[in-house]
Amino acid sequence: MSAHLLAELTVFILAVFVGFEVISKVPTTLHTPLMSATNAIHGIVLVGALLVAVAAAPKLGPVLSVVVVFLASLNVFGGYVVTERMLSMFKPRESPTRDGSKR
Amino acid sequence: MPAEAASTAQIAIDAAYLVTGVCFILGLRFLSHPKTARTGNRISMLGMAIALVATGFLLDWNSAWWVVAVGLGGGALVGIYSARAVKMTAMPQMVAIFNGAGGGAAAMVAAAEFLKLAPGSHGISWDESLAIVLSSVIGAISFSGSIIAFLKLQEVMTGRPLTYPGQQFVNGLVALAILTGAALTIAGVDSVPAYFVALAAAALLGILFVLPIGGADMPVIISLLNSFTGLAAAMTGFVLGNNVLIISGALVGASGTLLTMLMSKAMNRSIANVLFGAFGKIVAGAGGSVPGATGAIREATVDDVATMLAYAKLVIVVPGYGMAVAQAQHSVRELEVQLEKLGVDVKYAIHPVAGRMPGHMNVLLAEANVPYTALYDMDDINPEFPRADVALVIGANDVTNPAARTVASSPIYGMPILDVDKAHNVVVLKRSMKPGFAGIDNPLYELPNTMMLFGDAKASVDKLASAVKAL
Repeated sequence: MSAHLLAELTVFILAVFVGFEVISKVPTTLHTPLMSATNAIHGIVLVGALLVAVAAAPKLGPVLSVVVVFLASLNVFGGYVVTERMLSMFKPRESPTRDGSKR
Repeated sequence: MPAEAASTAQIAIDAAYLVTGVCFILGLRFLSHPKTARTGNRISMLGMAIALVATGFLLDWNSAWWVVAVGLGGGALVGIYSARAVKMTAMPQMVAIFNGAGGGAAAMVAAAEFLKLAPGSHGISWDESLAIVLSSVIGAISFSGSIIAFLKLQEVMTGRPLTYPGQQFVNGLVALAILTGAALTIAGVDSVPAYFVALAAAALLGILFVLPIGGADMPVIISLLNSFTGLAAAMTGFVLGNNVLIISGALVGASGTLLTMLMSKAMNRSIANVLFGAFGKIVAGAGGSVPGATGAIREATVDDVATMLAYAKLVIVVPGYGMAVAQAQHSVRELEVQLEKLGVDVKYAIHPVAGRMPGHMNVLLAEANVPYTALYDMDDINPEFPRADVALVIGANDVTNPAARTVASSPIYGMPILDVDKAHNVVVLKRSMKPGFAGIDNPLYELPNTMMLFGDAKASVDKLASAVKAL
């Protein structure tokens, strides 16, 4: 095992622990937005998609290059907008505002 | 792009990635309260923007700017448009499809990296090919599995479990194909064909393992697929030597795993049982001996129920998937408002697996302006049922089934349930006497303190609200 791999593994394992720690504090009422928020976060694979698709000589060919970036981008933008939409609806009892209920 | 001799530019970019990682962690941290959650999402977006701008410095813009324009621009347009247009009730399938997109992208990134390294090169190191294989296999499973989940949730295909004889055997064979392909790839024997066998088999397994999952088990599967895409992204980080992918993927993997565990615990079943048990096949004659079950049901009229609700002190509303299907959340809120005008205390009891994804009911009720402070978790609300005058069950079934407590032969035996039967009166709104997704009779309906109000959930609740208003 290279030192490089060990360093990456360290980051990975520590991040898993941080993840468990942070996520366990999220109340059940926010579990759907949580799923959607983490959904958007794994859209970070867009960084990888850009790196392999827009490198000097993409191995994927033009169509697949566009597809991989498209999928990752869909994940990022869709994920964040859905999360934002959901979170904007959560209101405490103190604000009895009843803005037109859209469906 | 594995970290080579680090130039100043590369160090700056890596530092930016670190900031992104911190933003994601803070973003999730702020999700610990509804008041701060939006701020959290904005911080997370900021982190994403930083990572994308930093990545921009690594790209060869002259040759492939159009890939960014078409791919990223197109993905953004479609993503933003569909995320805004989708109805709140269709949220689970939306989450599933975005999840699948991420998984597919992770698998393709790994595939591209493999093709770059594989031909002619005297051996990719084992750790590199292991990361490539893991990223591809997990990503592909997540991709095809999410698509099947989407099709089931969208009801393009049946939400009931699809089973056939020898199913486990076929799944085992496909898993074996993945393992063989993966092993040969890592060993460097005919690695290109072996790799694609593993990739194709993984995509097939994704389809096969979601097919037998019933609608009621969807919260577990959606969480699990979310976790898979996170892991695939993290593995892609190992492939590219990119820390921000590793950190983000690990966070998502941890989150998905935690939710998966919570969901299966709430059903008192192991994850293996959810995956392989094909829960939801019709089980005949598993109802039976719940103390007090009379074998007869009592049908109520709208006016009976409206009067009972209006003169109650405490009403506990128990929503389920039926409320989502009927899109009754706004009507439910209207009924709540009318009751509160009469001084009735209205609370909502949310079972962890009510609906089709974790927290599904909460987000629907939030859409209808129900304050989140009125929503109670199972453990908090269960002690309150004995002093509730009415438990109003709207489209929930298995999560209220007292057979889970007493009937050892029942498939849901041992599953924690909402103790609605302990309320003074129980009113069940239901379309017909059809059993729930688990396909089990619910003895709750035969209890002497239970009344049934048949009809479409939304129509019934609307009628109740106007009857209460008229009182």
